[in-house]
Amino acid sequence: MPKKSFRQAVNEALRQEMERDPTVVVMGEDVAGGMGAPGEQDAWGGPLGVTKGLMPQFGRERVLDTPISESAFIGAAVGAAATGLRPVAELMFVDFMGVCFDQIFNQAAKFRYMFGGKATTPVVIRTMYGAGFRAASQHSQCLYNIFTHIPGLKVAIPSNAYEAKGLLIQAIRDDDPVMFFEHKAMYDEEAEVPDEPYAIPFGEANLVREGEDVTIVALGRMVNVARDAADRLEGEGISCTVVDLRTTSPLDRETVLETAAETGRVVVVDEAHPRCSVATDIAALIAQEAFESLEAPVRMVTAPHAPVPFSPALEDLYIPSADRIAEAVREVHGHGRR
Amino acid sequence: MSEGIEAVVMPKWGLAMQEGMLAAWLVEEGETVARGQEIAEIETSKIANVFESPAAGVLRRRVAREGETLPVGALLAVLAPASVHEEAIDRFVAEFEARFAEALAARKAEAAPEPATLEAGGRRIRYLEVGEGEGPPVLFLHGFGGDLTSWSLNQEALAGERRTLALDLPGHGGSDKRIARGDLEELAEAVAAFLDTLGLSRVHLVGHSLGGAVALRFALDRPGRVASLTLVAPAGFGEEIADAYLEGFLRERRAKKLRPVLEMLVRDPTMIGREMVEEVLRYKRLDGVPEALAKIRERCFGGGRQRILLRDRLAELPMPVQVLWGREDRILPARQAEGLPEGVAVTILEECGHLAHMEKAEACNAALRRFLAGG
Repeated sequence: MPKKSFRQAVNEALRQEMERDPTVVVMGEDVAGGMGAPGEQDAWGGPLGVTKGLMPQFGRERVLDTPISESAFIGAAVGAAATGLRPVAELMFVDFMGVCFDQIFNQAAKFRYMFGGKATTPVVIRTMYGAGFRAASQHSQCLYNIFTHIPGLKVAIPSNAYEAKGLLIQAIRDDDPVMFFEHKAMYDEEAEVPDEPYAIPFGEANLVREGEDVTIVALGRMVNVARDAADRLEGEGISCTVVDLRTTSPLDRETVLETAAETGRVVVVDEAHPRCSVATDIAALIAQEAFESLEAPVRMVTAPHAPVPFSPALEDLYIPSADRIAEAVREVHGHGRR
Repeated sequence: MSEGIEAVVMPKWGLAMQEGMLAAWLVEEGETVARGQEIAEIETSKIANVFESPAAGVLRRRVAREGETLPVGALLAVLAPASVHEEAIDRFVAEFEARFAEALAARKAEAAPEPATLEAGGRRIRYLEVGEGEGPPVLFLHGFGGDLTSWSLNQEALAGERRTLALDLPGHGGSDKRIARGDLEELAEAVAAFLDTLGLSRVHLVGHSLGGAVALRFALDRPGRVASLTLVAPAGFGEEIADAYLEGFLRERRAKKLRPVLEMLVRDPTMIGREMVEEVLRYKRLDGVPEALAKIRERCFGGGRQRILLRDRLAELPMPVQVLWGREDRILPARQAEGLPEGVAVTILEECGHLAHMEKAEACNAALRRFLAGG
């Protein structure tokens, strides 16, 4: 099977859905580049080249460069979705959500409910998240937890190129607003990705690895870091299950609780801050629903409750590492045994 | 090189196998092992299986650790008489590993054969071609929900002597997922169009399960194009079929739930590797697959029974026909091979389930070689 980068996988999902369904349009800042001006067109293809090639194939009618006004173009995408299109809007960095949040949480997320089920809002908002890019505190956050909190939004956080293509196709075909999170440090990472279109259903976590001693629940880029830790721990005789949540809304409670109960020892890994996060949500779920099965307290491995540092040395320490995950796993594994 | 020291290396099970994981040792250092004795369990991306010692001797050194993933050809263990000194074995291991590192670097240059695609009868068909030789080539047809990789343990074994091809039937693998009716005629027509496109007038056909019924349909309608027919646990030989398998295969979307369904295919459930379950899930997610499989199921196996009975027509076939079947097949019972017309060679494989060509690959390959040489 062909190997493709995360960037190519996202591009292919967009292209194939645009070919399949004429109502799918792409919009955002410099998603092509050059609109309305003489000179080179499609020079950008998005800030990291993810949407490159779409404009020459589908034209300006369906690939729209927007002004640098998130409140305007995210609002336009939500409105277009409510009136029959399937827009995929690119919010360059999720850190910019502050200026368009009303359009997302109080409009898109509420339409179905406020109009008694008569309205659907099939919009996808693709956005970059995560640290490790030397982009400092205003361009490095993991804000998926804020969207997960809002009923009416779906939130997908793919962990590799295969997952990215399948989850994005599902997001575009979904009739509800979907926030789609792409880790900016993962665009060059490759995986085997089928040429044909495929959809990965929402709300079905993936068992990346199955073990007997400790369950590690992770999401997005952290799935790969957790897997590295698990590989290392295997050599020490500790075998881990690694759960990739895939989507935080809907959440696959069943798989989380089942795998937690199987090992009785759980580590939750989340690149976001530790308060009111996906990690705390998972830990609370397990404490409430699987308490009797637990052999040790649930441990969280997260970033600290502090902005992402600009100093490269500090930024590297800030992001949860395989070392820190392994340490937490050893701790819960040893709990009550000594 | 010291006298009587033998290397035991990571085997190559099938075309696609590049590396394997030594899951467990079944013998201790210092034990005397017989040739053919099960000495380790090895997992590949496709399949997990026991590994039999290629030679007899004392297992002096276990070089590979449990859980270690190693390339094909890497040193797993050392066999040597008890009289050989430890230092000689150390030397042997060091020299072997130095040579192997060089060989591995050279091997990286030559890649495994890759499947190709062609347009035939208005459809995209993916196929894998390996080997060359005189006479009609061998064409392999996989079963329901499978693809060309299910022949990886067989295709290479025959490719030394002749040209071999394995294709993905419509609705399967990397071929077009569009299915019009889902009956045997449609699938057999696709096979004919594939052969026409490649300019092949005559082939030896080998089909498994649904692919066996397709092969049989093809041979009945186009006897001049079939040099011989090998049917491995074929559909079309009786009404009975494990509908729970078909139902579960189509329904289950999670590895945990799908695994027990796939385990029905084999006698030893540990053969179903993690990767195999994952590959089936990935296949089922492709656009058009659920619809294609549902159509084929309805036409061929609707209502929980086979609707494609062809066994009564075996006697009409002019070409040599052989049937291979696993005694413990839980999908299509082996007793459907009883009472076939004279002239049809039947081999029942003991301790074997529905995936006979994978579970008993060596026995199937030997039967195929003998059969092709005679026919």
